[in-house]
Amino acid sequence: MTKSNNYVVEVEDMTVAYNVKPVLWDIDLKVPKGVLMAIVGPNGAGKSTMLKAMLDLIKPISGSVLFNGQSYYKQRKRIGFVPQRGSVDWDFPTTVLDVVLMGRYGHVGWIKRTTAKDKSYAMDALKKVSMEDFAKRQISQLSGGQQQRVFIARALVQDADIYFMDEPFQGVDAKTERAVIEILKELRTLGKTVLVVHHDLQTVKEYFDYVTLLNTQLIASGPVEEVFTEENLRKAYRSTGKILKG
Amino acid sequence: MNLIELFINDYTLRIVALGSALLGMVSGVVGSFAVLKKQGLLGDAVSHAALPGIAIMFILLQTKSTEMFMLGALIAGLLATGLIVAIEKNTHIKTDSAMALVLSVFFGFGLVLLTYIQKIPNANQAGLDKFIFGQASTLLRKDIYTIMIIGAVLLFVIVLFWKEFKLVTFDSDYADSLGISSKKVSLLISSMIVISIIIGLQTVGVILMSAMLVAPGVAARQWTDKLSVMVVLAGIFGAISGVVGTVISSSIQKMPTGPSIVIIISLIVIGSIIFSPNRGLLLRAIRERNYRKNINEDNVLINLYELAMNHKDPFHSHQIGAIKPIKTAGGKNTKYLENVLLKLQEKGFVKRDYFDEWAMTQEGIVYVEKHPMRKEMQYDSTN
Repeated sequence: MTKSNNYVVEVEDMTVAYNVKPVLWDIDLKVPKGVLMAIVGPNGAGKSTMLKAMLDLIKPISGSVLFNGQSYYKQRKRIGFVPQRGSVDWDFPTTVLDVVLMGRYGHVGWIKRTTAKDKSYAMDALKKVSMEDFAKRQISQLSGGQQQRVFIARALVQDADIYFMDEPFQGVDAKTERAVIEILKELRTLGKTVLVVHHDLQTVKEYFDYVTLLNTQLIASGPVEEVFTEENLRKAYRSTGKILKG
Repeated sequence: MNLIELFINDYTLRIVALGSALLGMVSGVVGSFAVLKKQGLLGDAVSHAALPGIAIMFILLQTKSTEMFMLGALIAGLLATGLIVAIEKNTHIKTDSAMALVLSVFFGFGLVLLTYIQKIPNANQAGLDKFIFGQASTLLRKDIYTIMIIGAVLLFVIVLFWKEFKLVTFDSDYADSLGISSKKVSLLISSMIVISIIIGLQTVGVILMSAMLVAPGVAARQWTDKLSVMVVLAGIFGAISGVVGTVISSSIQKMPTGPSIVIIISLIVIGSIIFSPNRGLLLRAIRERNYRKNINEDNVLINLYELAMNHKDPFHSHQIGAIKPIKTAGGKNTKYLENVLLKLQEKGFVKRDYFDEWAMTQEGIVYVEKHPMRKEMQYDSTN
């Protein structure tokens, strides 16, 4: 129990199923403070599901998740989230600045309006992702990489300690990928913990210092140099069907 | 002129038109969120489902009472919504099929009940069928007050929860992660949609009420990229179609209000889809045509430049026969190419030299050298 303080995220016995079919099976995971962690695994391994279940966006059948030793609801304001870019309708009638301001809504609270201060936070975040010139732009006019940067800026204004990002490198240009990884490293320097669902095995060693290999079950989790081995990868990328029936 | 005279002289009509305007405004504003949440069909299901609710209320009470009808419609509407959600959750039937199923079953049952009611010897039954297509002239002053109060409350709720509505409509998962429950907000929006439908049933009728919800939002979206402007515009479009539709239906015997309102809002929708500046079909077609024409002209110009540069002199002139192999949208057609060259001459990019030869001008050369397509070609050649 005393050791609990070293971990910012602790997942215990988490199982998630969509209509009787298990997507995640009995996950135990501990994430130490200040790491940049990649969650990797084959398609359908449950990477995004795990992220969402940790954030209580999907209800697990069993298991618990603790953040800094406390429940999600107590720690929510310290958690930032970048959903998959494709999960929203980018033709929604709003501007870049407006979307980034949404990151402040949790701090502002129900009914109350955002203030000039929130706006200046949002502009700062846009500067960090080099999108300040796009503040007044319609979101429908953004490229994929720009959309991703807007989402990252929105999470930055949440001013969180733990960040969850669902495939932030999916379908973005090389420039955005570099910009995003710079921001992630900067967050780590500030002592924040970042969990990233990642697809590209090639870049894991270069970008991350911690990795979780997932394929319905947790295959391995730990520092990249220890865990990101050929043997573990082979285990993770073996078909899901062999590990669990059906 | 007749319509306007009628409007000025007829007190009842003015009251009724006011009611329809309010109704159009409220359903347009609330409906904007249904449009953005892609829940337009839910409104259709709820409004059709209201019919048996109204009929059962009449059978139970044997009298016409707007309030009780609204209550019956509300209960039936909520029941239908619950059923759709339950079917979706517990079976493999998809949402659209579940909606179509529930909508038609409830509406069919409502029609059966109406037929049964018409056979009961009770003088009160007359006019119940008006709920199918709506009849604004059956609105009493009391009903209009009800619409006013409910409408004001709905608008107030939207202003109050503006931020939450926007967030949940745009990105519900993210809203949940911030502690703004998308379930609660969506429930609030859905309830408001149901309430706007209920207060509109008497005027517009169960069959066409969903158009009042969806059409103003769809039209408004064409004109703006700002949520607040869209919602206000939808309210205005709804109000206009409410007033105009009601006045038209009052001036034509036996013309139900619902269809005439829907025709007006449909005209607004069609006009918006065609004529709006950015998303409109007309201006988009014109823009695309101009763009294609410009690309075509640029293509000829760039090729002329390349051709001249074969002689190491950008001003080197060529006969049209030598330029002809250049690919244009008109194929290898001399007449077409000549027209393009004449257009370019108008722009001052080329000039017709001696012996009908064409050459670039200084301006044309500068234009080509800065052209993004030309730049790409240069990069390509260096790679």
